[in-house]
Amino acid sequence: MNSPTSHFVPPRRMGVYDPIHQISMWEENFRNNVDLSASTLLIDDAEIKFDNQSEYASHGIPGTSKQYDQEANRLADKIQRRLAQNREAARKSRLRKKAYVQQLESCRVKLMQLEQEVDHAKQKGLHIGGTGLGSNSLDFAASVNSGITSFEMEYGHWLEERNRLTMALRNALNSHVSDIELGELVDGAMSHYFKLFGMKSAAAKADAFYVMSGMWKSSAERFFFWIGGFRPSEILKILVPRIETMTEQQRSDISNLGKSCQQAEDALSQGMDKLQQMVSESVAAGQLEEQTDTPHMSTAMERLAALVSFVNQADHLRQETLLQMSRILTKRQAARWLLALGEYFQSLQALSSFWANRPPKPA
Amino acid sequence: MEKVTRLASQNGVVIFTKSSCCLCYAVKILFQELGVNPTVHELDKDTVEGREMEKAIARLGCSAPIPVVYIGGKLVGSTNEVMSLHLSGSLIPLLKPYSATLS
Repeated sequence: MNSPTSHFVPPRRMGVYDPIHQISMWEENFRNNVDLSASTLLIDDAEIKFDNQSEYASHGIPGTSKQYDQEANRLADKIQRRLAQNREAARKSRLRKKAYVQQLESCRVKLMQLEQEVDHAKQKGLHIGGTGLGSNSLDFAASVNSGITSFEMEYGHWLEERNRLTMALRNALNSHVSDIELGELVDGAMSHYFKLFGMKSAAAKADAFYVMSGMWKSSAERFFFWIGGFRPSEILKILVPRIETMTEQQRSDISNLGKSCQQAEDALSQGMDKLQQMVSESVAAGQLEEQTDTPHMSTAMERLAALVSFVNQADHLRQETLLQMSRILTKRQAARWLLALGEYFQSLQALSSFWANRPPKPA
Repeated sequence: MEKVTRLASQNGVVIFTKSSCCLCYAVKILFQELGVNPTVHELDKDTVEGREMEKAIARLGCSAPIPVVYIGGKLVGSTNEVMSLHLSGSLIPLLKPYSATLS
């Protein structure tokens, strides 16, 4: 673009309209604004008019200079309007840019939060992503996830309540409350365990493998796992000694209960072995890469569906064990036994933490 | 249903199962552990009346369609019922007449 200095009016003309100041202002604005070409043209016109006007003004001819006054005024107005429009356009453009940048920023923050949530969920062992079986695998995995995700959340709340109930039992036994109050606590604790079995049943429908894996439990509890939970005969064996005074009848009943439990567990374990054998046979017989509607694959799937029944049956056994104990024992004895049970699981969880945080062995 | 009743009224422990059902297998193992040899009828192996029997048994309203257990001609129920009976100590008395080891 042209250098503006050639357009500058020499100082001795300043007395008439202060054109130098006007022009320098315009040029300042033109540097900041967009629409330069037309304005430059206007300046050229203005320059010509001022140049012409000076000859007449110094000779003192009033009529001609007045005409040029009016034209200069109109021109000045036009220029002012154009400048104002440009300023307005520029202001709006700056506002739009600001809004866009703010939107980008908030999206960035949201993305970071989502990434954190995904990482957190992955750490907790949720299986994110498909089973690799086909185009529907991701949809299936998404619906399975929600069943398991809600189970994990519910289990967290269940644990808190279990710990609260255990503490309540301890306090009640130490402060010698009435048998009726103890009875209420015992019933509450039993219902709480039964609630877990219901939750597990729903989770098993969503993903029986998940419940069988015990990923929702601490590592030490998983060590003792049997078909999706604790082994009923074990908790009888180790915790009954914690109940101090029992009648001979009670001891005999508990001994029979333990024996029946063991026999039922053995039968279910053998049923599980048979299930494993049948699934591996149907898998080996077929070709897994084919679609799900091949005979071998659908047989394997049918047989795997039995896994849900096994998890439910094992939980039923746990429930029956708890029920039988509450029938054999008095309320006070049952409270002591349930306290021992809660403390046992808490200790296993503590053991898992200690083990996970143990100092590394020197190389 | 008649065939079901006829088979069920056989003496001893009668279990209606399917060859592919592993829970049925587990129940059979339990009875064997208790010294009883149950009579097992696999509904999927009965090509003629199997499906009809399956429907009739489902109408009995047990906790599960299979296995279904009869002891001495009386309906006991499915796996849940058998397990509950056993843990409460009531199963063995029912089996005593039919077991060499228990009586």
